[in-house]
Amino acid sequence: MTPNLTYVIVVGVLVAAGVTLLLERSLTRVLMGVILLGNGANLLLLTGGRAGGAPIVGNTPQEEMSDPLPQAMILTAIVITLGMTAFLLALAYRSWHLNGHDEVQDDVEDRRIMALAERDEGPDGADSGDGDDDDDDDAQTDNERSLAATADAGRAG
Amino acid sequence: MLVLVAVHALTAVIAPALVRLWGRHALYLVALAPGATLVWALTQASGVRSGDPVVETVPWVPQLGLELALRMGTLSWLMVVLVGGVGALVLAYSARYFRSDDPGLGRFAAVFVAFAGAMLGLVVSDDLLLLYVFWELTTVFSYLLIGSDPAKRASRRAAMQALLVTTLGGLAMLAGFVMLGQHAGTYRWSEIAGNLPGGGYLAVAVLLILLGALSKSAIFPFSFWLPGAMAAPTPVSAYLHAAAMVKAGVFLVALMGPAVAGTAPWRPVLLATGLITMFFGGWAALRQIDLKLLLAYGTVSQLGLLMVILGAGSRDAALAGVAMVLAHALFKATLFLVVGIVDHATGTRDLRELNGLGRRAPALAVVAGLAAASMAGLPPMAGFVAKEAAVEALLHGGGADLVVLAGVLLGSVLTVAYTLRFLWGAFADKVGTPDTPDPPTTTVRAVSWPFLAPAAVLALAGTAVGLLAPAVDRLLAPYADLYDSAEPGYHLALWHGLTPALGLSVLAVAGGAGLFHLLRRERVRATLRLPFDGASVYKKSIGGVDRLAVELTGATQRGSLPFYLGVILVVLVLMPGGALLAGSPWPQRFHLWDTPLQGVAAAVVVVAAVMAARALRRLTAMILVGVAGYGIALMFVLHGAPDLALTQFLVETVTIVMFVLVLRRLPAKFSERPIRSSRRGRVAIGVAVGAVTAGMAYVAAGARQAIPISVGFPDEAVSYGGGKNVVNVTLVDIRAWDTMGEIAVLVVAATGVASLIFRHARDLDRRGDIPGGGRAESTRPRWLTTGATARAQSVILQVVTRLLFHVIVLFSIYLLFSGHNAPGGGFAAGLVAGLALAVRYLAGGRTELNGAAPVDAGVVLGAGLFVAVGTGVAAMLLGGEFLQSALLDFHLPVLGHIHFVTSAFFDVGVYLIVVGLVLDILRSLGAEMDRQHETEDDEVREKELV
Repeated sequence: MTPNLTYVIVVGVLVAAGVTLLLERSLTRVLMGVILLGNGANLLLLTGGRAGGAPIVGNTPQEEMSDPLPQAMILTAIVITLGMTAFLLALAYRSWHLNGHDEVQDDVEDRRIMALAERDEGPDGADSGDGDDDDDDDAQTDNERSLAATADAGRAG
Repeated sequence: MLVLVAVHALTAVIAPALVRLWGRHALYLVALAPGATLVWALTQASGVRSGDPVVETVPWVPQLGLELALRMGTLSWLMVVLVGGVGALVLAYSARYFRSDDPGLGRFAAVFVAFAGAMLGLVVSDDLLLLYVFWELTTVFSYLLIGSDPAKRASRRAAMQALLVTTLGGLAMLAGFVMLGQHAGTYRWSEIAGNLPGGGYLAVAVLLILLGALSKSAIFPFSFWLPGAMAAPTPVSAYLHAAAMVKAGVFLVALMGPAVAGTAPWRPVLLATGLITMFFGGWAALRQIDLKLLLAYGTVSQLGLLMVILGAGSRDAALAGVAMVLAHALFKATLFLVVGIVDHATGTRDLRELNGLGRRAPALAVVAGLAAASMAGLPPMAGFVAKEAAVEALLHGGGADLVVLAGVLLGSVLTVAYTLRFLWGAFADKVGTPDTPDPPTTTVRAVSWPFLAPAAVLALAGTAVGLLAPAVDRLLAPYADLYDSAEPGYHLALWHGLTPALGLSVLAVAGGAGLFHLLRRERVRATLRLPFDGASVYKKSIGGVDRLAVELTGATQRGSLPFYLGVILVVLVLMPGGALLAGSPWPQRFHLWDTPLQGVAAAVVVVAAVMAARALRRLTAMILVGVAGYGIALMFVLHGAPDLALTQFLVETVTIVMFVLVLRRLPAKFSERPIRSSRRGRVAIGVAVGAVTAGMAYVAAGARQAIPISVGFPDEAVSYGGGKNVVNVTLVDIRAWDTMGEIAVLVVAATGVASLIFRHARDLDRRGDIPGGGRAESTRPRWLTTGATARAQSVILQVVTRLLFHVIVLFSIYLLFSGHNAPGGGFAAGLVAGLALAVRYLAGGRTELNGAAPVDAGVVLGAGLFVAVGTGVAAMLLGGEFLQSALLDFHLPVLGHIHFVTSAFFDVGVYLIVVGLVLDILRSLGAEMDRQHETEDDEVREKELV
């Protein structure tokens, strides 16, 4: 079987456009990226089987039939993409409803760990270090304060 | 023996309930489990004396060669007696030590008796892997016992420290076990001992095992965890840290000694670490002001001594070692119990605050005195007998043994000194120095007899062992005889005559008394700084691991989704992309297209996709994505895939409906444009990934060599599947399991959509609500009349859709059943029916939708899944495989010949699920969102009016 150059080009463009959108922060864009990427992947699967007549016994002689197996796989993939689109749309709407935008946020916990790394501290200084045992309360409030600060930074960034 | 272990486990399970019923008195009942162990062991004494081990083997996983192999020789018997006897006594003591309303008492009882069971299993295991399992169980239970007060940070930290240190050693030990076991082909120690490897292999295995033994028994450099573990309640310290767990390492050394004592690292490692531990532990004990810590350091010191004696590797030393194990367990457990009583009676363990306790509690002082005499090695106690034997054994050894002997004597001096310090600190009347006034005489609460009795029994046992030394000798000698010895062996006895050993003992006692006298006046320091200490290494490595984790997490876990995706995609470009470039497997022959029309469709897709990626408005982008999708559908047609094309067309249409529903609520434009440079980065990654994917597509399509497995599908579809549409038969029959999974995903997605949009659980009822607030207001008379609720909606459109609706639904059912032989099937048919619903909704809003489908979307989804699974299960019940289909041919009077395939039912399930999905989307993204916004609008209006 020889490659069909048209398919190859379309796959490349769909994936390129899809990935570009996928890397955005707007959930709507991400979703569109997913759809384009999905279409590209379906077409990629299709290149695995030969083209031909419709795979319906009686309409097409068997030797002229297109390969039915990738088609069955793609068919379910298409419908699953529909379910995923619905889910992501609901997510985007929910995000907009709650936050006034549909941007993907940075994870606040991860930002806290990054801040710890920048300050060259352990995960829980008092528990592993040799310091006094009785500073629990102060440490706690400190943590909360820095948590609030990073949360603000996350929203601004 | 297995039964006894099981009894412990069972007792542990019911212990909390017993404690709830009877409070602390339940501990007496719990003590029956270790007590039974002791009684059983005593009945076996005669067999042990003649040197016959008790063996018990239960096959476990015969295929893996795993079995529960238990074996109780002399050494194990001694340990069983200690584990059972001391365990029972300490539990009886605990019944007085704790109060019934102590919150953790049930947990304590359960964990304590579970620990006793694990310890019992450990000492009777013959299979090394089984031994390892019990070994780690004791570690885990000791973790729970040390950390029995989880509210205290010190307690948590001590427990974690003990756990980490002993587990680390345990892992090393496991590696050593595996080395030995793999070589011998069995994990039974009784067989391995006679089939040891040689040379470096054995040396490494022995070193690894010693690592486990030393860490468990708190030998230098692992000593630091034991004093820390004194955060545990005193009964725990008495049992785990005197009689049982810390003896596990000693036990292992004693067990393996007769077989491996000749190995190169064995004696040097044990003698060196043992001596260091003995010396520093004894020195540190002299500096303690807390009685319990004093005993803890004393224990460390004594464990070092045990290692030295058992590591010496001669028959007499081995005999002295096991006698010492017995003596130490008896006197050290007693002393810990005494400290607990002192603590209870006076409220302190600080020897600077205690004054005159001896006069106030003479019975307690006598018990402590008996145990202390044994510890110091005074006749006629067990400790004296054991130490005499040790000194005697070392005296007769070579040059190295004499150096060791000197060390042991020095250790004895220290032992005598800290024993005196303990007695003086706890019971003496203290006379003030010029600097410090007399401490006030401590007030003492009366000590009840049941509280003191366990300690007294232990102390008397220690005395009895000393007095009955020859009998004990006969019991323990079979272990010592495992060592080959040319000359007739030494025998344990109180009186051997005026031997050099006796002289050395007297010297040690005198030296110890002098040392105590010297140090008594000195200011006490709470800790002793060693030049090199495991504790600092432990602290540094734990801190280092924590820091490394933070740095690594901080560097890789940026919390940004685009960053993660970018990393994954860049790896995709570099690895498979690099492989593509390096391998250059490019096919030489290719064709441009199958028909030129493909080129046209492709051009549409390409242009639409590129423009979609650049679009600024949501609606524009959405339409362009839709155009690309329709273009793909066209390509499917040209490829010869009518089912795909049909499904793709329908899905694109439903997608556009969904987008319109949601986008009407979102801002028209995407939020502010990202920074230009980062946008360039995104495009660059996108183009690179696209190029790599295209390259892979090109190579993959050209690399096909084997015949596709789908070649036989058309024939099978007709003969087995009973259908002519190969794709549909593949979906519902050949690959029905796949389809099963996929429709399950659809159900999950639909549920997720509903749960994201419906804000409260009670709103979910509206997934199936009936127009006008209830069934009372029937919808039927209003057919072809538009309701008053319709605002700003086209009347003509509504009427037309109502006329068309039933036709479309009927068509979808036709598609469903014809799909087996022509393009169509459950997916496409379900989408058509869903579109019919969507049109009704678009024309008339949510009341119209409810009129068209007065059912809960969840019910439709559930019914679909039920039908699909039911089809599969029915096939199983009829003797076939899950989802196997059958062909039914029969005659009906009017309809004539009927040809029916059972997989059609499966397709009906698929159909229902797809309809349910679309209905769910319309109810969530359409109707519920409408309702939410109307409510908000109404609220705004009301505010304006006010």
